[in-house]
Amino acid sequence: MLRIVSTVSRPSSTGRLGKVVGSQHSRRTFASTSAKQADITLTVDGKEVTVPQGSALIQACEAAGATIPRFCYHERLAIAGNCRMCLVEVERSPKPVASCAMPAMPGSKVWTNTPLVHEAREGVMEFLLANHPLDCPVCDQAGECDLQDQAMRYGSDRTRFHEITGKRAVENKDLGPLVKTSMNRCIQCTRCVRFANEVAGVEELGTTGRGNDLQIGMYVEKTMDSELSGNVVDLCPVGALTSKPYAFQARPWELKNTESIDVMDALGSNIRVDSRGVQVMRIQPRTNDDVNEEWISDKTRFAYDGLRFQRLTTPLVKEGDRFVSASWEDALAAIAKGLTASGAQGDEIQAISGHLADTEAMVALKDLVNRLGSDNLALDQVGGTAPPVHGVDVRSNYLFNSTIPGVEEADAILLIGTNPRHEAAVLNSRIRKSWLHTGLEVGLIGERIDTTYGYDYLGGDANALSEFMTGKSEFAKKFKAAKKPLIIVGSAVAEHPDAAATYNALSRYVELNKSTLVTPEWNGFSILQRVASRPAAYEIGFVPSKKASTTKPKFVYLLNADEVDPKSIPQDAFVVYQGHHGDLGAQLADVCLPAAAYTEKSTTWVNTEGRSQLGRSAVPPPGASREDWKIIRALSEVVGSPLPYEDVLEIRDRMWEISPTLVRYDVTEPTSAEVALAGLKALSVRTTGAKISGAIFQKPITNFYQTDPISRASVTMAQCTRSFVKGENYGFSDIGKAPEAAFA
Amino acid sequence: MLARLPRRLPIQAFQARRPLSTTLQRKSDALFVHRDTPYNNPKIAFEFDAETMKRANEIISHYPPQYKKAAVIPLLDLGQRQNKGWTSISVMNYVAKLLEMPPMRVYEVATFYTMFNREPIGTNFVQVCTTTPCMLRGSTDILNTTLQHLGGIKPGQTTKDGKFTVVEVECQGACSNAPMIVVGDDYYEDLTPETTRKILDAFAKGEKPKPGPQSGRFTSENSAGLTTLTTKPYGPGEFCLPEFS
Repeated sequence: MLRIVSTVSRPSSTGRLGKVVGSQHSRRTFASTSAKQADITLTVDGKEVTVPQGSALIQACEAAGATIPRFCYHERLAIAGNCRMCLVEVERSPKPVASCAMPAMPGSKVWTNTPLVHEAREGVMEFLLANHPLDCPVCDQAGECDLQDQAMRYGSDRTRFHEITGKRAVENKDLGPLVKTSMNRCIQCTRCVRFANEVAGVEELGTTGRGNDLQIGMYVEKTMDSELSGNVVDLCPVGALTSKPYAFQARPWELKNTESIDVMDALGSNIRVDSRGVQVMRIQPRTNDDVNEEWISDKTRFAYDGLRFQRLTTPLVKEGDRFVSASWEDALAAIAKGLTASGAQGDEIQAISGHLADTEAMVALKDLVNRLGSDNLALDQVGGTAPPVHGVDVRSNYLFNSTIPGVEEADAILLIGTNPRHEAAVLNSRIRKSWLHTGLEVGLIGERIDTTYGYDYLGGDANALSEFMTGKSEFAKKFKAAKKPLIIVGSAVAEHPDAAATYNALSRYVELNKSTLVTPEWNGFSILQRVASRPAAYEIGFVPSKKASTTKPKFVYLLNADEVDPKSIPQDAFVVYQGHHGDLGAQLADVCLPAAAYTEKSTTWVNTEGRSQLGRSAVPPPGASREDWKIIRALSEVVGSPLPYEDVLEIRDRMWEISPTLVRYDVTEPTSAEVALAGLKALSVRTTGAKISGAIFQKPITNFYQTDPISRASVTMAQCTRSFVKGENYGFSDIGKAPEAAFA
Repeated sequence: MLARLPRRLPIQAFQARRPLSTTLQRKSDALFVHRDTPYNNPKIAFEFDAETMKRANEIISHYPPQYKKAAVIPLLDLGQRQNKGWTSISVMNYVAKLLEMPPMRVYEVATFYTMFNREPIGTNFVQVCTTTPCMLRGSTDILNTTLQHLGGIKPGQTTKDGKFTVVEVECQGACSNAPMIVVGDDYYEDLTPETTRKILDAFAKGEKPKPGPQSGRFTSENSAGLTTLTTKPYGPGEFCLPEFS
């Protein structure tokens, strides 16, 4: 009923290790559950409560407002029922029952606060602590430890265990550069095992041994190679799995929590930035069922140390071949002078917005450049100086229309030129969830990738798409028969030589199959953006006009643009770089303006669904750096064309003028089926007759851990690259094996 | 007084690691992680031979194709039998591959069940039952006799010639014939130190003594002679009405 039938032995997609055992061909075993069932009513602590049938008793108790202590139970994981902490008293039950593993029954009477329950909890706690080391003072989890809190709340004040044999000792495991293990502290709740197997798709984690000797691990020596491995740190209710980069850095009570938005990919995962003073100490996920549930990728979680290195802290002006630090006044004056000296007129003024540009700054920059008479607004991507093939007139042509939770409703998914595992790791876990628990079929066109689910490989190029459209292959038939088919087009497809042909084919296919693909309830044509700033750039029309795209720029303004091809910038052009890291873009610049990183500014981010979310500033920007849009506002005055907004509310008014969706936070506004179809129609007309070159759709991200200036500056991400991408064993094992006192 | 200290406590004692914790470590009797060794590493090839493969396929056919993994325990057993009585990492990997399941799921099973030996064993695997009924009937003597007779090894160890491995096990379900040992797949029951030695000697010579009670009684009949059911049991048709006889 509630228990998810062991789904974890699915043929896996396999990390590097799984390849040893090529288990690709076996069939899926899935448990089907009926979608919606009747509600039932029961009494908890004398309070009547109504819950859907099939809920666990613990959920009913929660619904009645009773707090149930738990270690192994977790809403998003399968039920294990092995910690026994959630015992409650049920009428006519001879013993206390584990409320997580017990289905709520209609009419049953439950008590959560009786002497029997108290005694049961105390007893369980005593057993849990029998083997748990008393090392809270040197444990990273202390202060936010479930065991600590619950021992205080529900435990006894002394133990009856004085075993002369001592406490259980378990050797630490090496799970790679992100997760630190201290296995003596493990209470075998198996949350990490269930997470790894169900959500992350790391089927190498499990339990070995039995009884008192049960331990968590991989049995053979392996690292936990997953983009989501950091989440086990949050899941672990004790200090057995902690964060390696954060080890002994801070205590939870010293930290200031700021709720913000992640920018490492275009999902806009909700995060909580924990800072101490001016330093970001760690990043944790925030629950948002519509976006990231409660997971975040390792890049989101661990790239924050990149915020400390390679930062631009003062304005820099190039004199000869070196940068000299300058005051803001001098730097802005130098830009104004450079602009005049370059003689750039009209479209010769180019602005390029990069991966981490926020919406406010892009709006300000677009306004400024437009005021200077230019339409040359380029994007920092391959072919970004030309108007995008999908256009920006209709939102549904470039957004993830099915919405992120919608992925779980799809019964057939076609991935085109994308690797969701690297482009949107959390979204990938949703696909895996759906693939595990329903009969979801996945097809892939593009370079072969290692997903965490099985897929039908349809081919690598646009020709495979044409073949798919003929509907002859087995997957095409299944896709056609699907009730809620979903096409996920990678953002890299728009950068591909065959972009026009692909989008043409897709728009025709969607038009033909609009009865299933685009209906008022379902829009199964989704573009998966991989860059945080891109959806916002399209929303505000930060794209060049056709005429502007052929103009050779004389003045280039790089807004966080660090992926530009240096050759694409003319030698004699005057280049301004505005951003927070001294990465590639800064090297090309004549003037560098230090700006704030995403944890240092309160700005709007639009995710791949078109959902606007407000990031919040957790720490002040370092040195003389300022918020991005303020820099552009200041510059506008110096170049003699002041922008008409003076504070952040006014610029948000301006955003509202451009598109009200930009300031309607936390919601997605769906495009109606008619408009979506009209948009695709226009797209197919525009791209008629495009030729197919037959080049493979390459995956855009080869190294998940280093995709932007922040993650490239991060030491942790560099270690991950060595460990997971290059597969080097670089001695992290040794660190874990040293005695704890060596770190302290 | 102080001058005498160094003599009493050799310098080496101070050079050892400082004991920060005064609690004793409770160590488990088996290792639940794999360590590559020359005799046990994933590079050593293992495959079922034709005979075993036939049996494996037969076992797999008992389960629906999508639940093939249900055959993991019998297949590991087959693997253990073919691999000289122990389940190496290669055996586990091979079974995982055969059943198309992640190797970790097989490791979990193999480490959970104590009858999968994850270290090599001697030709004859001697399991001495030391659970309460056997203990009351003198299994301690049997264990000591066994260990002494095999050259003073300790439980869990293998003799130098590689002929015997002795382990203590929990109840084997032969309490009515306690004490007992298991050698390979056979039970030797109603033991005394003498009969134990005799059995071990026979195995050492490569013979196979007759399994079952060594006291001469038939299965678990009353050792003092039968007190009931002493007469010949009547056969079918006897004492029936003529039409039924």
